[in-house]
Amino acid sequence: MADELILLDVHVSMFGMRVRVALAEKGIEYEYREENLANKSPLLLEMNPVHKKIPVLIHNGKPISESLIIVQYIDEVWTGKSPLLPSDPYQRAHARFWADFVDKKIFDAGRRIWTRKGEEQEAATKELIDALKLLEGELGEKAYFGGDKFGFVDMALITFYSWFYTYETCGNFSVEEHCPKLVAWAKRCMERESVSKSLADPKTVYEFVLMLKKKYGIE
Amino acid sequence: MGDVKVLGFWASPFSGRVEMALKLKGVEYEYIEEDLSNKSPLLLKYNPVHKKVPLLLHNAKPVAESLVILEYIDETWPEGPPILPKDPYERSKARFWARFVEDKCMPAMWKACWSRGEEQEKTKEEAVELLRILDSEIKGKKFFGGDNIGLVDITANFIAYWFGIVAQVVGLDEVITKETHPNLCKWIEEYNNCSFVKENVPVKDKLAEKFKEGIQAAAKSSPDSAS
Repeated sequence: MADELILLDVHVSMFGMRVRVALAEKGIEYEYREENLANKSPLLLEMNPVHKKIPVLIHNGKPISESLIIVQYIDEVWTGKSPLLPSDPYQRAHARFWADFVDKKIFDAGRRIWTRKGEEQEAATKELIDALKLLEGELGEKAYFGGDKFGFVDMALITFYSWFYTYETCGNFSVEEHCPKLVAWAKRCMERESVSKSLADPKTVYEFVLMLKKKYGIE
Repeated sequence: MGDVKVLGFWASPFSGRVEMALKLKGVEYEYIEEDLSNKSPLLLKYNPVHKKVPLLLHNAKPVAESLVILEYIDETWPEGPPILPKDPYERSKARFWARFVEDKCMPAMWKACWSRGEEQEKTKEEAVELLRILDSEIKGKKFFGGDNIGLVDITANFIAYWFGIVAQVVGLDEVITKETHPNLCKWIEEYNNCSFVKENVPVKDKLAEKFKEGIQAAAKSSPDSAS
């Protein structure tokens, strides 16, 4: 039975990258389609009419949206190899909690760092650093958030690593200075082919942001 | 079963979700009421990140965030009625709609309750539109979970029960109407008439009183406060 898999995505999206990492971890082949968010494809609008956002995974014509929901779907369908979540319910809840934390705390603060200036930007920078410090605390001495195996929380957070350069440059700070262990963890994750092949280059992300800033008149 | 405790707040729909799920599964638990103005050492110890209720303690191991707790309950006690479907695609849809209720509908509805003037008109419109989307999803189904209550129904307890009470207290009307949301209105009726739900929601008058207190407290402190 040949599965038809299409991923509607944007190269620099940290949410799309999560799905790419998950698919790569499982060794699943799929068709990648780059979306232009200023001119969304009819397929995207049809497959995600509620949010009209990427990523959307289309599996044999059926769409799944929201990156963490897609990752869990992938884990539940392709059970044979590389489990992305732990098998124990308590460990799974723990993983879901921290992935949810990443979703709630990192994206919004990060976005404000490159879209605002002055006090607002400073406040957003502080928020981001505080959140990263909490995550670093949670990581502790473990190799990965999942323990000795790369897993759900690692996947949820590592994709933001490609955006660190943008946040640091716009906000004038260094993540490594505040969270050296977290950066060490990120470099460890980057040694995995599934991650290094899926993440966008930080400079590419920065150029994309500069383009957006120019387009929307954000200084 | 093990030792199960729930740290909650009686008026909170988030707390309500967890209690509903445990009762659905027939799990016995000890309920501990939190004073949110004076949080217990237990809550601060076991949910240091968010310091919020609800918090589930299962054999002294904490699980926080109501949607995370609901999935935990479903996986830990698989023998009871299912909260999520078995099929991976159906599960992804249930999670999607639960997130839609949580991240989109509820904030808009809550904001509409507590804003005034032009801002209220705007947020009310937003809420009406979001609920229209939800209305399409429930069309032709008794519950979001199908024949029985599931993840989305439990998550949407605020929409079915809480919202009507708050809206009445603050004088906000015409958000959920039979004209704009016929299917959702049917679901609300079905949900609230369900004996299981009737036995597991806070008393209407008590909730109304609580929200009235909230308005008075907000009026005293700052115009931007919400309970």
